[in-house]
Amino acid sequence: MSAPLLGQGIIKGLVETARNFVGSYVEKDRLTTVQYPEERVPQKEAARNFPFLVYDGEDWEKGLRCVACCICEKECPPQCIYIVKDTARKPDYLGKLQFQPKVFDIDTSVCMSCQICVEVCPFDAIKMDVEYELSTGNRFDGLLQRKAQLAKPNQYFHKIHPAEAAEVDGRLDAEKAKAEAKAKAAAAAKAAAG
Amino acid sequence: MNEVLQGRDASPRRPGCGSGGRLGEASLPAPAPEGAGAPGFALTRNGHGSLLELSIGPQHPSTHGVFRMDVALDGERVVGLKPVFGYLHRNHEKIGENTTYLGSMPYTDRLDYFCSLTNNWAYALTVEKLAGLQPPPRAEYIRIITAELTRLQNHASLVGFLLQDMGAMGTPLMYAFREREKVLDLFESLTGARMMCNYMRFGGCRCDLPPGWLEQAKEVVDGFPRFLDELEALLSENEILLSRTQGVGVLPRELAVSAGITGPMLRASGVNYDIRKVDQYGIYDRFAFRVPMGDHGDVYDRYMIRVLEMRESLKILEAALRDIPEGPIVDPKAKLRGFRPKAGEVYGRIEAPKGELGFYLISDGSPQPYRYRVRPPSFINLTVLEDMCRGRHVADVVIILGSVDIVMGEVDR
Repeated sequence: MSAPLLGQGIIKGLVETARNFVGSYVEKDRLTTVQYPEERVPQKEAARNFPFLVYDGEDWEKGLRCVACCICEKECPPQCIYIVKDTARKPDYLGKLQFQPKVFDIDTSVCMSCQICVEVCPFDAIKMDVEYELSTGNRFDGLLQRKAQLAKPNQYFHKIHPAEAAEVDGRLDAEKAKAEAKAKAAAAAKAAAG
Repeated sequence: MNEVLQGRDASPRRPGCGSGGRLGEASLPAPAPEGAGAPGFALTRNGHGSLLELSIGPQHPSTHGVFRMDVALDGERVVGLKPVFGYLHRNHEKIGENTTYLGSMPYTDRLDYFCSLTNNWAYALTVEKLAGLQPPPRAEYIRIITAELTRLQNHASLVGFLLQDMGAMGTPLMYAFREREKVLDLFESLTGARMMCNYMRFGGCRCDLPPGWLEQAKEVVDGFPRFLDELEALLSENEILLSRTQGVGVLPRELAVSAGITGPMLRASGVNYDIRKVDQYGIYDRFAFRVPMGDHGDVYDRYMIRVLEMRESLKILEAALRDIPEGPIVDPKAKLRGFRPKAGEVYGRIEAPKGELGFYLISDGSPQPYRYRVRPPSFINLTVLEDMCRGRHVADVVIILGSVDIVMGEVDR
């Protein structure tokens, strides 16, 4: 430690403080904060906060991609998903009859936004939302999201995560085309045989 | 309790540094009779009426979370200190034994919530060892980049908090948080979350880098030396900081080694031990960087070590951002659903910003680990707090605790 003049270090520090103070008016990277409710930073595309259920088409009850396989319920680390299978079946995007959830609840206060339900879902039915202003005055029903509140259209998914949604749609369309071609081939073979 | 009092001269002081020299061997009360007993406040209950008991915390802002210290004081001077923790206990290890291997990954974010990506890496590394997975080169590079960015933001905010504890209200902390903000923005665009990243997977990473991320990261890394220069100009020669930190909270080399201290705290005491160099896990052998070491083991050395480590991390980052290859990011053998490693036990460790972070797993072939144990650096570094504080003032206790760099999420688990 070699301080020739006592107080020199403090003065040097004050010069830095002054530099930062003046700089905060002219340089963007010296002032990174925004005035939150009025001003908002744009959402990152990868942002995630709370899961939602994707549906295709207009009617959310018919178009829900979820087939109530309960994998997400099992894999969810804090166990915040609750699913009851319906006995009635409905056709999926390939026209195959699938199960559907009668009850699908997620507890907002338990969910820790880890995205594991999204990763393990084999049907691309559950995705992450970016909505973060979820506070509510009612701490019981208000925090429990039911199936009707969770269901959101595919267009919404395209809006919040464009790249991921395009990739998912491409994959689903390819599968559908493959299934249709297979069905056509089977029908043609049947016709030829008949 | 005898032991408590006799151990007081375990830490030799450098003469003439700060106010350290004056306090040394002043009149301590005679040791209490043998078997007098219970820890904690027993000091004052055994005939030392002149001592004052003080419970600092758990809601005290300088205790870095919910940490409590039962301090026995002779005037302003500390004669005994008993750490009390457990206020943030969340049953982490038992939850780990009751959920799948993958399900523990987001919980590891919540251990040391400043450094979720290094926690992820330590856990992923351990499970990879258990299951025999090998992450591809691109994933290894991403891991190094995110881990070193984590080290940057952890050390920057530690320096800020340490100065806050010393009474530098806000300024260094706000500058540090401004830089941390830029790193957290990078984490958010990569992983989707700023602090609870949950990004590493067994055998690789969850998703590839988004377009333009490397350029943004380069920008942050290029801008960081300016912050470090300014931080050093602001602090390193500041006379108040020097007199508050030099010779304060000395941790002797022998004690540091025998107490199992790791990380910057051990290196500040002059021990050359960095797991990045010792184990060379991941691909750290490909990078040239130095391990900074301190001479005195006092609070100033611990501060300086962090600044120097940030500069070394920048070197690693520059090289990694330049050399990162294209390719897959997950080992093709890795399975997301139905992951069952074969029976066995394994210990994996990495150099987390706070020290050696280790996970010990025993597998019995089922989807859940049979035993899941964390070796947290903060917890073990905290064990020498009394030895560093004895003979110092109450105000020094606060900065000594600040220089240890603890996060209660990790101490209590």
